[in-house]
Amino acid sequence: MQEVKASMAGSVWKITVSEGESVDSGQDVVILESMKMEIPIAAEQTGTVKELKVAEGDFVNEGDVIAIIE
Amino acid sequence: MIKKILIANRGEIASRIIRTCKRLNIQTVAVYSEADQKAPFVSIADESFLLGPPRVNESYLNVDKILQIANEANADAIHPGYGFLSENASFAKRCQNAGLTFIGPAGHIMEKMGSKIEARETMQKAGVPVVPGTNGAVANVEEAIRIAAEIGYPIMLKASAGGGGIGMQVVHSDDELTKAFASNSKRAETFFGDGAMFMEKKLENAHHIEIQILADQHGNVVHLFERECSIQRRNQKVVEEAPSPFISENTRMKMGETAVKAAKAIGYTNAGTIEFLVDESENFYFLEMNTRIQVEHAITEEITGLDIVEEQIRIANGEPININQDELTINGHAIEVRIYAEDPVTFFPSPGHIHELHVPAGENIRNELAVTDNYDVTPFYDPMIGKLIVTGGTRKEAIAALKDALANYHIKGIKTNVSMLQTIVDDAQFKSGITTTAFVQDHYLTKFQTN
Repeated sequence: MQEVKASMAGSVWKITVSEGESVDSGQDVVILESMKMEIPIAAEQTGTVKELKVAEGDFVNEGDVIAIIE
Repeated sequence: MIKKILIANRGEIASRIIRTCKRLNIQTVAVYSEADQKAPFVSIADESFLLGPPRVNESYLNVDKILQIANEANADAIHPGYGFLSENASFAKRCQNAGLTFIGPAGHIMEKMGSKIEARETMQKAGVPVVPGTNGAVANVEEAIRIAAEIGYPIMLKASAGGGGIGMQVVHSDDELTKAFASNSKRAETFFGDGAMFMEKKLENAHHIEIQILADQHGNVVHLFERECSIQRRNQKVVEEAPSPFISENTRMKMGETAVKAAKAIGYTNAGTIEFLVDESENFYFLEMNTRIQVEHAITEEITGLDIVEEQIRIANGEPININQDELTINGHAIEVRIYAEDPVTFFPSPGHIHELHVPAGENIRNELAVTDNYDVTPFYDPMIGKLIVTGGTRKEAIAALKDALANYHIKGIKTNVSMLQTIVDDAQFKSGITTTAFVQDHYLTKFQTN
């Protein structure tokens, strides 16, 4: 199991996967937006998206869990 | 005559414009979003009006609301600052249609300079050298490889709809180009809905040097010398200085003359900046034109003694520029550092609460601040929260003053790049005056690489 975490504080701009979808290591899971910067957050391992902890427009802090990959 | 200006902007630049207006006895109207209710620029303006929610589309880009407030407040002019609506040609036209003076160039000129292709073609026609590359979108990988053979590697691949770095990549071979072309085009398509790609020769060891110009409505154009802005992270400037320690007096003259010629050729009016890339042999190439006031205008003010915002207002009033080129001289040396709310190594934004703020003060120190003590930096806007500008009789004196000033710059509660700036100011390469656009990569980030 892998927790995908926010690398910066900001809002969730786009979610590019859905629960139950299989993802490859390095594939973008969400794109965060903060202070005019868009940061793609990628899965670090290949697996299935077990849970998405955020919705588009949500505010996240640095270190918050965004998704769980299994 | 302009008697009341609405400032369609926020942060340090709004405060800075208001300051000049006060000195000129011009009334000021601030507009602000819900996120900026406690911002300094709101309280120092003569009047202030709420625009709406924090999101820029509902606040600082809400043209209807801004024009409605300008009308209600009886403003006769709009200063757009930088960013937001400052280079939006349709906004400039709508101001004009509403009987408001837009403090900037005419809409059709902004349009021309806003399109990468058109700006490039216009400058070529005006006899300004441009970076070798394509004048339009590249159809496919095969064409990309053919063009690469003509202009030579390394090549910068750029998404035509991009801006903030997404879709941009440097490639060194046909193999890299093939891979990057497909992936960047796909990314640009996903992000911007437009996968069109351009190619440009990547100049090695290039300096980013720009010329400030002033152009009035009577055909007079002067340049206010150059700013060296090579030290950048994520393609955004971090340290700027004037004059450039790199170029010769001869190049300085040639670049100034070229900028004036270009401004005249396009019929430009008001303050503007022509950005150039300058290679190791001091050949310079047009990069883009900014049709507005720049973040780093302050260093030009420090070395010339002019107030560029005042000049902008006078030009918008239809007054002729009353300075001759040969009366303009460079006095001393000025350096600006941008204070960003971000991690000093990853450059990721760091919004949050500032619970302690102390900035240095002194005769040769100028602070432009967007925040105060006990203040919330929100995630909605640019991470720049302030600018520190120092001057000295010589570059060496300015660097010493900057080092002292940075040692007394304290912000607590959020991450800032102050430690990065301290590292740069102590760096031997920076002190040598040879700073290229690869500086942050080659002389700063290398200090953090672990084996």
